Amino acid sequence: MIKLLFLNKKSGMLYHLGKYTLFLKKVFGRPDKHSVFFNQLIREIDKLGINSLGIVLVISIFMGAVVTLQTAYNIEMPFIPKYTVGVAARDSILLEFSSTMVCLILAGKVGSNIASEIGTMRVTEQIDAIDIMGINSAGFLVLPKVLAMIFITPLLVLISMGVGIFGGYLAGTLTGEVPPAEYIYGIQYGFRPFYIIYSLIKSVVFAFIISSVSAYWGYYTFGGALEVGRASTKAVVTSSIFILLFNLLLTQLLLA
Amino acid sequence: MIEVTNLSKSFDGKQILKDISTVFEKGQTNLIIGQSGSGKTVLLKSIVGLHQIDEGDIVYDGDSFVSMNNSERRRLRQDMGMLFQGSALFDSSTVEENVRFPLDMLTDWSLEERRDRANFCLERVNLKNVNHLFPSEISGGMQKRVAIARAISLNPKYLFCDEPNSGLDPKTAIVIDELIKELTQEFDMTTIINTHDMNSVMGIGDKIVFIQNGVKEWEGSKEDIFSADNEALESFIFASEIFREVREYHRKVKK
Repeated sequence: MIKLLFLNKKSGMLYHLGKYTLFLKKVFGRPDKHSVFFNQLIREIDKLGINSLGIVLVISIFMGAVVTLQTAYNIEMPFIPKYTVGVAARDSILLEFSSTMVCLILAGKVGSNIASEIGTMRVTEQIDAIDIMGINSAGFLVLPKVLAMIFITPLLVLISMGVGIFGGYLAGTLTGEVPPAEYIYGIQYGFRPFYIIYSLIKSVVFAFIISSVSAYWGYYTFGGALEVGRASTKAVVTSSIFILLFNLLLTQLLLA
Repeated sequence: MIEVTNLSKSFDGKQILKDISTVFEKGQTNLIIGQSGSGKTVLLKSIVGLHQIDEGDIVYDGDSFVSMNNSERRRLRQDMGMLFQGSALFDSSTVEENVRFPLDMLTDWSLEERRDRANFCLERVNLKNVNHLFPSEISGGMQKRVAIARAISLNPKYLFCDEPNSGLDPKTAIVIDELIKELTQEFDMTTIINTHDMNSVMGIGDKIVFIQNGVKEWEGSKEDIFSADNEALESFIFASEIFREVREYHRKVKK
C-alpha cells in the first residue's frame, strides 16, 4: 500500500512531487518577451480573477448570512449578549470562510479551467508548436496564470470578507434575530487586524497551489478528450487536498 | 541538410525506433512513409527534438543537435517550422495572431512590420481576408494553410510536416502538397514530411524513407519505388488496386 501510494515509479506521490518540482523550475524560467508576458498576465487576471467575482459574491453573501443565523439560533442563553453573533460571524468569515471556502470553490472553477485549457493544448499539439519555436511553453502558458492568481485571489478574499459580513448583517436584520446596532458593535468588538493578514497569507498560498497544481496536471496530459477530463478532475481533487493540508499547517504556524 | 545517424528511441522499455540512419537533402521534399504505428511521428518528433533520443545523432548542416546546449538548441529551433497533423493553431487567437505569434515572441520588429510579414505569409499560402477569423471559423484545408503560413513566418531553414494531408479531401490534399513543394524550393528549405498518402509519395516525393516497425526498410526516389526489391515496401505502396495498375503501366512503358 505504502509502495503503491508513494514509491510507484510512474504514479507514486514521490514521482509526481519530483516531476512537479521540475515543472515549477520550467515555469519560473525567464519570460521570453516581457511585453507579451505582461499582456498575457492582464488577460489571465481578467479570465481567472474578474470572471470569478460573481461566484465569489454569491457564495460570500449566503455564507455570511448562514453563519450569522446559525450562530444566532445556537445562542439561546439570555446572559450571552446578541453582539456575540457579530463577533462569531466576523471571526468565522475572516479566519476561515473567506479564504479557505472561497479558495476551495476557486479550485473547482479556476483549477478545472486551467487543467482543461492546458490539457487540450497538449493533446492538440499546441504546446509542441510552442516548444518547436524554441519558446519555453511552461513559462509562457503557466507563469501568467500563477502570477495572476497570486495577485487576484487576495483581492477576491478581501471582497468576500466584506460581502460575507454584509450578508450576515442583512440576514440578522431581516430576520430580526440580531439588532443592527448589536451586529455592528459585534463585528468591531475585539477586532484583531492580524486575522486579515493571516487570511491573505493563506489565500496567496492557496492561489499558488490552485494554479500550479492544476497547470501541472494539464501540462502532462497525454491522450485525448477522456484524459483531459481526467486531468481536470485530478486538478480539482489534488488542489483541494493540498488546500486543506496547507490550511492546517498555516493555522498552526501563524495562529498557535 | 539533416543527417540522422543510428537513431534509436524507446518508451517505457519498448523500442520504437531502431538504429535509423539517413540523410535529408536541402531544397528537396523528403518523405517518411510507413503504416500507422510504424514510428514515423516518433522519428519526426525525435529529429526536431520534441523527444529525447536514446542513441545516435541528428546533424543540422554540420551541427550536432545532441551535443548542443539549451541556448544553441533554442537558436536552432528558430530556424525550424513545423506543420502538425491537426494544424495545432491556437484556438483563442485569430488567424493573423497565429501567424504573427513566432514574430511577436522571437523578433524585435515593430507591430507594422510583423503585420506585413504575417500578411505576406498568408498571401503566400493563398489566403486573403481571413486575418480576423478564428481557427474554428475556417475549413480544415484553410487551417493547414494558416499553419504553413505560421511555420514559414520566421523564414526557416527546415520545415517539418506531420501528416499534412490528414483529414483533407484529395483535391485540397494535392493543393497542400504542391504548396509545400513550392515553398521548399522557393525558400531552399530542407523539408521532411511524414505521410502515408500515396498521392503525396508519387506527387512530391524527392526522397522517400520507408519505415516499418521502427526500422528503416528502404530509401530512394519515387522513380526507384517501381523497381524496389522490398516486400514490405511493395505491400505498403501497392496495397490499393489503382497503384498496382500504375505499377503495371510503369513496367509496360519501361519495357
